[in-house]
Amino acid sequence: MTMNLAATDLSKTPTAKESPVKIACTDVNLWYGDKHALKGITLDLKQNEVTALIGPSGCGKSTFLRCLNRMNDQIKGVRIEGSIMMGETDLLDPKLDVVNLRTHVGMVFQKPNPFPKSIYDNISYAPLMHGLVKKGSECDDLVEDSIKKAGLWDEVADRLDASGTGLSGGQQQRLCIARAIAVQPEVLLMDEPASALDPISTATIEDLIQELSDSYTIAIVTHNLQQAARVAGYTAFFYMGDLIEYDNTGQIFTNPGQKRTEDYITGRYG
Amino acid sequence: MDMTAEMTPERRAELDARVQRKLKKRYRAAKRFHFYCVGSLVLAISFLAFFFTDMISKGHSAFQQAHVQVDVDYAEKNLRFTKRAIAEDMHDIVSRGWLRDLRRVKKENPELVGTKAVAWALADDEVDQYLKGNKDLTGDDNTVEQKALAARIDALKADGKIKMKFNVGFFTNGDSKIPEMSGLWSAMVGSILVMVLTLLFSFPIGVMTAIYLEEFAPDNRLTQLIEININNLAAVPSILFGLLGLAIFINFFGVPRSSALAGGLTLGLMTLPVIIISTRAALRAVPDTIRQAAYGMGCTEWRTVRDHVLPLSMPGILTGTIIGIAQAMGETAPLLIIGMMAYIPEAPEGFLQAATVLPAQIFTWAGMPERAYVERTAAGILVLMSVLILMNASAVLLRKKFERRW
Amino acid sequence: MTTGQLLLLFAACLLLLAGTAYVIGRRRAEGIKAGGTFMNSQPGQYGQFAATWTAVPAIVAAFVGWVATLFGAEIISGKLIIAAAVAAAVVGLVWAVRQVDPELRARLGVERVITAALITASMVSILTTLGILLSIIFESIRFFGMVDFMHFVTGTEWNPDAAPEGSEELITKGFGSLPLFAGTFLITGIAMTVALPIGLLSAIYMSEYASPSVRSVSKPLLEILAGIPTVVYGFFAAITIAPIIVAVADKVGLQASYQAALAPGLVMGIMIIPFISSLSDDVINSVPESMRDGSLALGMTKSETIRHILIPAALPGIISATLLGVSRALGETMIVVMAAGLRPNLTWNPLEAVTTVTVRIVDALTGDQAFGTPETLAAFSLGLVLFVVTLILNIVSVSMVRRFKQQYA
Repeated sequence: MTMNLAATDLSKTPTAKESPVKIACTDVNLWYGDKHALKGITLDLKQNEVTALIGPSGCGKSTFLRCLNRMNDQIKGVRIEGSIMMGETDLLDPKLDVVNLRTHVGMVFQKPNPFPKSIYDNISYAPLMHGLVKKGSECDDLVEDSIKKAGLWDEVADRLDASGTGLSGGQQQRLCIARAIAVQPEVLLMDEPASALDPISTATIEDLIQELSDSYTIAIVTHNLQQAARVAGYTAFFYMGDLIEYDNTGQIFTNPGQKRTEDYITGRYG
Repeated sequence: MDMTAEMTPERRAELDARVQRKLKKRYRAAKRFHFYCVGSLVLAISFLAFFFTDMISKGHSAFQQAHVQVDVDYAEKNLRFTKRAIAEDMHDIVSRGWLRDLRRVKKENPELVGTKAVAWALADDEVDQYLKGNKDLTGDDNTVEQKALAARIDALKADGKIKMKFNVGFFTNGDSKIPEMSGLWSAMVGSILVMVLTLLFSFPIGVMTAIYLEEFAPDNRLTQLIEININNLAAVPSILFGLLGLAIFINFFGVPRSSALAGGLTLGLMTLPVIIISTRAALRAVPDTIRQAAYGMGCTEWRTVRDHVLPLSMPGILTGTIIGIAQAMGETAPLLIIGMMAYIPEAPEGFLQAATVLPAQIFTWAGMPERAYVERTAAGILVLMSVLILMNASAVLLRKKFERRW
Repeated sequence: MTTGQLLLLFAACLLLLAGTAYVIGRRRAEGIKAGGTFMNSQPGQYGQFAATWTAVPAIVAAFVGWVATLFGAEIISGKLIIAAAVAAAVVGLVWAVRQVDPELRARLGVERVITAALITASMVSILTTLGILLSIIFESIRFFGMVDFMHFVTGTEWNPDAAPEGSEELITKGFGSLPLFAGTFLITGIAMTVALPIGLLSAIYMSEYASPSVRSVSKPLLEILAGIPTVVYGFFAAITIAPIIVAVADKVGLQASYQAALAPGLVMGIMIIPFISSLSDDVINSVPESMRDGSLALGMTKSETIRHILIPAALPGIISATLLGVSRALGETMIVVMAAGLRPNLTWNPLEAVTTVTVRIVDALTGDQAFGTPETLAAFSLGLVLFVVTLILNIVSVSMVRRFKQQYA
């Protein structure tokens, strides 16, 4: 059966490569108090690939994303079971040092959240605190490189001392991406990174995500199916805390194995 | 290290090592900071605990007062020079004030005149303080007379002729220069008079102002001026309200100095911003749908406010008012300026008579040299604090009970 | 008759006349309505209309008469005022009753009067500020007619008793306010040194670390500190804290006065803790959650997030809370009256006794001096300075908070 289920343009969809597994999640369960929010999620994130997490609101896709850098630790009453292995390390191990984990796994949020500091300080803050670089030329180089990788250099090169909050929404989000890469992570988590942006900024961010996937393993939560189709090599469909289907993006969009996936993609609910 | 290079296992290891190197120190700093935060809160709350323990330990003894059993000869002639009515060795043990009041026996209990009886007399403050352990009479610094007095007190106590009784006079007497006779009555009456006036003055004006600003006022310069003005008024040091009361109410309008009226007007102005601000918040909490429904039924603006918005916001308004009045009740500085720290032995009977209030009475007693006034000051503070805590608690309860989520 | 009796008589007349007006107005309207004519408003509203037009002229007349007596029109007696007021009421009554007519928009009239009353009430707060300003400005002008301004501002000796009496020339001795302000700032400085760190760190603990139950207990407990009357703090400072300070200073070989600036300063600091903590708590909570997430996701510890991200983000609010605290401390009176000294003293040593602006205001106005001497007038000049300084602090503080709130709105 080969049919284009939705009006989704798959021409840009990256071809899924046979990459090694970067993060292996096995039977991840999560409860908020009594609410069973993630039900036995098993999923492998491939190295240097973009994996899109899609599904209707409240399906657990963001919750799952936040498990990967333990941001759920912030919330009281959360219980997680299962294992998330990155190399030899179980990310769910309660003895794991989350500060160290988060230098390996960076995150970009839905709403751009630059700190009320200068553009330079926004980028250099974490690397300096972690002791990755020393103040001076080493730090300057890192800031420049990170901003360049985030495709923001041409716009801010002459005003690194200006406040990060003074940038436009799209620029702010790219600043946040630059801030995340400056810590030298291997994995980037993106929680609906373009949902608060205008279409042009969204396109810029999407191009950026594609570029970054050469050097980083990326997991992106999105409610925009077209966006998933445009940027992600792999797509996982979540529904009511279950992982319904996980496959390469082309397969999910043209030939879903599950009825519910098909319904969602064709817009029967969402 | 080249920070722009590709990630290799060696580079990763070096980066991890750098993070690890600083990590211990950072966690220590985090712990330290957490400790400072907990410590600050604990410190602030232990100030509170220390304060209350201190006041209770200083003030609780004032609720008891020493009484001494004496033989009284109510002979006619003794009632003029009442010292003769009791044995001479009791003169420095029985209160001067109690002896003075013996004169009233003729009027109040004429059947006692000419008889002899045993009575429990109020003890002198020195005796009282000695028994409570507040004053040393037997130490090396004390005179021979004091030591002898202490011996007599101890003997009387051993005989059961001295007893501690509940200090009724503390609540029923006015101020007095005789410590054991002084009480809070006139200050309590004064506080009630002043608070009634404060309420009468600030509540209607405050609520009306709030209604105008929230429901009627156009958004123009004048309205903005009134708003800024109210916010500033809420933060003006209270002593300046005293200057206003002195210059305007007393010197210009001729309101009698020290009177409850002067106090009520001054504190009324001071309470006004508190009531306005809380009333506005309460009015704002009523959703616009209520107003639109009332307009839809043909209510005019004023009827809408009077019949629908105001009743719904009443709990909030009353909560704010109680808090404002409680604040005014503890206020002293402006009242000093308008003379409300006068010596008032009798409770005032009208709004124009000289009056004093609880905090002013506390201030006056705090300045008295006798040891007995220290415990009375602390006890007065306990009474004032109880009233204030009661008022604030009722405000909180009122808010909880009628709190409505729209 | 006494003023009280006069007032009672006036109120009784007013009530009677207004009541009569209401009844007549209503009857008349009902009469017309019974005749089948369509009326613009309800009969009761005509009654209210008549009553309003009876009461308002009377009150205005009485008020005008009373103000006239204040300005020295002695021929006007209390009875005369009441008679004039009653006359005005009767005129109003007759006019209003005659106006009752189907065409009359009585309801609109009543609403207008109510709006006017509301506006009048709003003017009271403006008049209060004006009253404060005028009273202190007029007396200050009188004061500076007697005392040299430059001497007041720059002089280092405050000793009104030493000032020459009855001289025609400007006084240039004894009214130097510098030591008073130095004392005020010293005590304020001590208070803020206590209140700022404790208040801010408590607020951080309550908003960032504490569990909801700890928060729900500790917040009201801190609020109690703000509810304790200042006279109580004064007693606490003088009777409990000052002796402790003297004893401790003695132990470490220092000489402390029983009126040492440290005692009122410390206690004032305790009093200001809840102001700082509740305002800081408020601003820290209004820093968006995404700011915390952003920092934590970069691998920052909680304390680093608070110290490097939250506090700088909330800084305008924290500064504003501090300014409000300073404004409180500068104007605080009872604590310093009871626990600080009376003698002006130009020193930075917190163990010495100093006096403050507010102490001298109270001292000047509670003594037996005749009103109008340079000493009592000086109180008003000091009050003027206090007013201006606290006003500026408040305005700056409010505008900072507003800008902060807009930033994260």
